[in-house]
Amino acid sequence: MIKSLPKSKVYDNSFKIYIILFYIFLFAPLIITCILAFNDSDFPTLPWNGFSLDWFFANTEKRVGLFYDSANLKSIWVSIQTAFFVSISALVVGTMGAFLFEQEDFRFKQALYFLALSPLVIPGVILGISLLLATNSSGTFIEETFGLDFEVLRPSFWLVIVGQFAFISTFVLLVVSARLKKFDKSLEEAALNLGANRFDVIRLITLPFLRPALIGTVAVAFLMSFENFNTTMFLIGSDITLPINLYLQVRDGSTPIINSISFLLIVLTSIMAILNLVFTKKEQK
Amino acid sequence: MSNHSKIGFYIFFVPIFLWLFLLIVLPHIELFLMSLKYEDDMGNMAWSLQNYKEFFKEEIYWLTFIRVALYSILVTFLTFVITFPIAFYITKIVSVKYKGFLIILLLMPFWVSELVRVYGWMILLRESGVINYFLQSLGFIDKPIEMLYNDVSMIMGLVYTSMLFMVVPLISSLDGMDDSYIEAAHDLGASKIVIFFKIVIPYIAPGIVSGSIVVFMLTLGNYLTPNLMGGKNSLWFTEQIYNQFIASFNWNQGAAFGFLLLVLSSFIIWIGLKVTKQNLTKALS
Repeated sequence: MIKSLPKSKVYDNSFKIYIILFYIFLFAPLIITCILAFNDSDFPTLPWNGFSLDWFFANTEKRVGLFYDSANLKSIWVSIQTAFFVSISALVVGTMGAFLFEQEDFRFKQALYFLALSPLVIPGVILGISLLLATNSSGTFIEETFGLDFEVLRPSFWLVIVGQFAFISTFVLLVVSARLKKFDKSLEEAALNLGANRFDVIRLITLPFLRPALIGTVAVAFLMSFENFNTTMFLIGSDITLPINLYLQVRDGSTPIINSISFLLIVLTSIMAILNLVFTKKEQK
Repeated sequence: MSNHSKIGFYIFFVPIFLWLFLLIVLPHIELFLMSLKYEDDMGNMAWSLQNYKEFFKEEIYWLTFIRVALYSILVTFLTFVITFPIAFYITKIVSVKYKGFLIILLLMPFWVSELVRVYGWMILLRESGVINYFLQSLGFIDKPIEMLYNDVSMIMGLVYTSMLFMVVPLISSLDGMDDSYIEAAHDLGASKIVIFFKIVIPYIAPGIVSGSIVVFMLTLGNYLTPNLMGGKNSLWFTEQIYNQFIASFNWNQGAAFGFLLLVLSSFIIWIGLKVTKQNLTKALS
């Protein structure tokens, strides 16, 4: 049954077959998507008509490749900007949260911690509509009372950032907390005894210790934001993010340009995944 | 640490409090309040339970609600059944040499956006898709079959999307389990089935619970997969919410639906935790 026990051939082989089938199931949709990005065809399907880079670089009447498709390029740029702001702000607030819950004691700490974890069990759609309703109400109220108009209180680029920040911070908080738990407190105490103040300690000792975790976290937070759909779809204004833009194209019939975007996403995220793994491996050594 | 300054505490506390209060607590209160307002025939807003009555009156609403709950439980169960052998193989059977490689392969697809993965399945399964092309050219079928847009394809898509969130907690709990438990049971004459139900399952129960919570929550709140892979009759409750908000522009009705979905997900997660005697903070971290 396990390595150290006597084995039976049938058991071992059926297990192997299952594993192989599982990995085929896992990779089939991604591999086929990548392959069809290079098919010389107007539809993302077989038969194979030969290799072509049209869906990346063509700029003719019939085919417009990704690099000439301004709507898709713009949505990629919007997503990059969104993910940048979200990951940085979530990193700062999530890390502060980790310090708060790991190193401070106060009344209602458990209740607040529970609240901080709650975005993990609130469906993204609900978070999206709740924020939409709340910002809409307060936006209307502020406009009627003070005559002021804040863009962030309407569906817009900034509201999307606020919405994604609301739950991605929880993720940062969890990862940084886990790392902070392993921190040897005596290092901090030594520095404090030698006359450093709290913020010197954090800046010079705790943050360098956390750095690998912070880099890994900010990368994942970036991806989470870049790929978010559920919360974003209710908060979006005129700046359409890539997942929403892709969704609209997939829903209304598709061209292989979606494959070429998918291909780039798959390659880039795989590189990021591998880098992240190499990084965490190094950290553990 | 006793010499923490009050200022230090507030620097950490204030941002966290603002984040949780303004972006989590307040919007959900607003969601609840909006769900209790109803626009009467004269166009006046009044406090009323009408939105909830509407939900129970229209069969399609509450039927969708129940169906989505049952399907989400089914998906959670299937995800466990499919990923458990993988987790077991990786942690207990395969030699250490391949373990890391298999885990990296396992995680990689989930870094890629859900939309890309769903799109991959669409071009595989649909009538003009890749699988139909192969079946036809191999002579198994004469006419292409529509394999997309039904409940089976939707369930498969949902399982595929959530597998990661089950397999990771399973791997880490199995990793923590000493092989000698299984060896001892085996030496005492226990069969594989007995070992599985009496030794392995109880030991990894916490991992199963935390995986199930996340999978259930993500399935219940999923929008993309049911929308793109399910048929006309596989309406998901998030789609009902979306329709109320975007198509009918009836935000109060949508708020009531959202609140009901939130209650449902919290309730089922609470039951899951109670039955297995776990608590949320532990299960999630």
